[in-house]
Amino acid sequence: MSPEEGKAPVRHDVERRHDDALPAPPSTPGIVDPNYTFASLTDKISAIVLKRRTPLGWLIGFGLSFALLQLLLFAVVNLLFRGIGVWGPMVPVGWGMDIINFVWWIGIGHAGTLISAILLLLRQEWRTSINRFAEAMTLFAVSCAAFYPVFHTGRPWVAAYWLFPYPNTMGLWPNFRSPLIWDVFAVSTYATVSALFWYIGLIPDLATLRDRAKSRVWKVIYGMAAMGWRGSAHHWHNYETAYLLLAGLATPLVVSVHTVVSFDFAAGLVPGWHATIFPPYFVAGAIYAGFAMVLTLAIPLRKFYGLEGFITMKHLENMAKVMLATGLIVGYGYMMEAFMAWYSGSEYEQFMIINRMTGPYWYMYWLLILCNVIMINTLWIKRLRLSVPYLFFISLVVSVGMWLERYVIIVVSLSRDFLPSSWGLYQASAYDWSAFIGTIGLFCTLLFLFVRFLPAISIFEMRTILPGAELEEEEGA
Amino acid sequence: MKPPVQQPDTYGLMAEFHEPADIVAAAEKAHHEGYRRMDAYSPYPIEALSEAMELRPSRLPLIVLCGGIIGGIAGFSLQYWASVIEYPLNIGGKPLNSWPAFIAPTFETTILFAALSAVFGMLALNGLPEPYHPVFNVPSFALASRDRFFLCIESTDAKFDESKTRAFLEALPGVSGVSEVDH
Repeated sequence: MSPEEGKAPVRHDVERRHDDALPAPPSTPGIVDPNYTFASLTDKISAIVLKRRTPLGWLIGFGLSFALLQLLLFAVVNLLFRGIGVWGPMVPVGWGMDIINFVWWIGIGHAGTLISAILLLLRQEWRTSINRFAEAMTLFAVSCAAFYPVFHTGRPWVAAYWLFPYPNTMGLWPNFRSPLIWDVFAVSTYATVSALFWYIGLIPDLATLRDRAKSRVWKVIYGMAAMGWRGSAHHWHNYETAYLLLAGLATPLVVSVHTVVSFDFAAGLVPGWHATIFPPYFVAGAIYAGFAMVLTLAIPLRKFYGLEGFITMKHLENMAKVMLATGLIVGYGYMMEAFMAWYSGSEYEQFMIINRMTGPYWYMYWLLILCNVIMINTLWIKRLRLSVPYLFFISLVVSVGMWLERYVIIVVSLSRDFLPSSWGLYQASAYDWSAFIGTIGLFCTLLFLFVRFLPAISIFEMRTILPGAELEEEEGA
Repeated sequence: MKPPVQQPDTYGLMAEFHEPADIVAAAEKAHHEGYRRMDAYSPYPIEALSEAMELRPSRLPLIVLCGGIIGGIAGFSLQYWASVIEYPLNIGGKPLNSWPAFIAPTFETTILFAALSAVFGMLALNGLPEPYHPVFNVPSFALASRDRFFLCIESTDAKFDESKTRAFLEALPGVSGVSEVDH
């Protein structure tokens, strides 16, 4: 029994080691503070959820978000009561802020799946500490996105038969040749698979919370959600296979979703929409916008909850690099749009790009260039990539830039199409704006609830990258 | 579940470890010793552990493949049936079976069915949800989801013998306690 003597103190050591594990200074180059042990890491992350007292900052943030959410209810009630006319869209701009916001939100969602699936397959270990809340962000962003097309129908309860194929009393079926139906399939599949992926990832952590919760009520709630998970080798064996397969399935899925969204435009004939570059350029734009949102959320999250030891500067810098790379692809997309307009020799295409630059919405286009082409290039400078306030600022700039991009594509193209006699200018109404701000409220409300009730960082995956999890040395002995 | 005949009061014996390397070595040794009805518990997936226990490759990939194929066929059939048989519509002179247009939803249903089979297949293979399991009767087992590693040799194992198995577990390097698992 000699080995036991050496191990014995460890048992009583756990609490003390927890105190020793201070969060790393922000300049830590690694992906996790090596001072963390299995115990201290588990305690640190689960304490955020299991703490009895709700932090005052959380209450204020949640209260503000919840207030904004009321704006959404106000907008929806008005829309349903008075009709779609309360929104801005008219002829010829039949798609206004509803579709701009739909594309904006769904684009933001993409980073979550990219981080959880593609970076997993590429064995990018740094993804581990950001994948959980990025996936949550995906789910909430997709919920916000789904709001728009559903309510853009004006009467969603009578729109179901041309959105979903189900046997209805009229004997009607959707037109499957339409990209709008592809979109219904892509977005609903995406939402479902993201939710499954997220939940599967949560199961072992829910088991941790079940075992750590003090109150009986929470033990039961987390226990039911964990479904009896006990971390057995047989469980993990199937679990890892499932997780990897889901990642493999989610990878083509995430690429397909924004591709299909771009088909909504590219399959139309409107100058400024009808371009083959749309799918890759939309996918890059989605990842770009999504990483910006992950940064926007990660920076305050790590600050308020002292998670600098998990979400290190390395993560922030890597995200900035991904943003820079995808931002350059987006910038290339803008260049190609202008080039192809000229090269096509089509006067409508040529007019489209001149109109974007000098027409009634010229400021939108140049603001877009400022945000997405000029500002993003500042991330080449390492000092700026390592400045947390600057990264927060640039992530907001990117979010604004991507919103402007959709505005330019949708509104500017529609307002000046083939026939000058049918031109018209779009003006977003107060209800458009309240719906938009309201979905931001919905998004933040859901995020605040998520951070309070579920572990924002994947505990079990973090354990695998701790130095304590390395086996090589002992195996050789 | 029917309680085992020879040991009606015990589900098995459970040894507790503090280090991942010790549980891997212990599982390997127990497997080598001839124990088969056993399970190791760890707070995170350890690939070496399933190797040590010589677990067979998961059947899940086959389930997912079947799910994907069914999803693809179902998705395409739905569109074919709706567009060609049940509700033929002439859209811009395109053929009724405009299969290139059907690719996108077919792809999505393939992924959807495959993902659903991955999730529900994994839960089914793991026997989840499982509201009760005897291992939770060991008080320190709550730490299995935090920082402890456990090896449980079940009493249904042919080689299981209360005292011999206990002696075997207690002699394992790195073990910090052996407890009986009540039903």
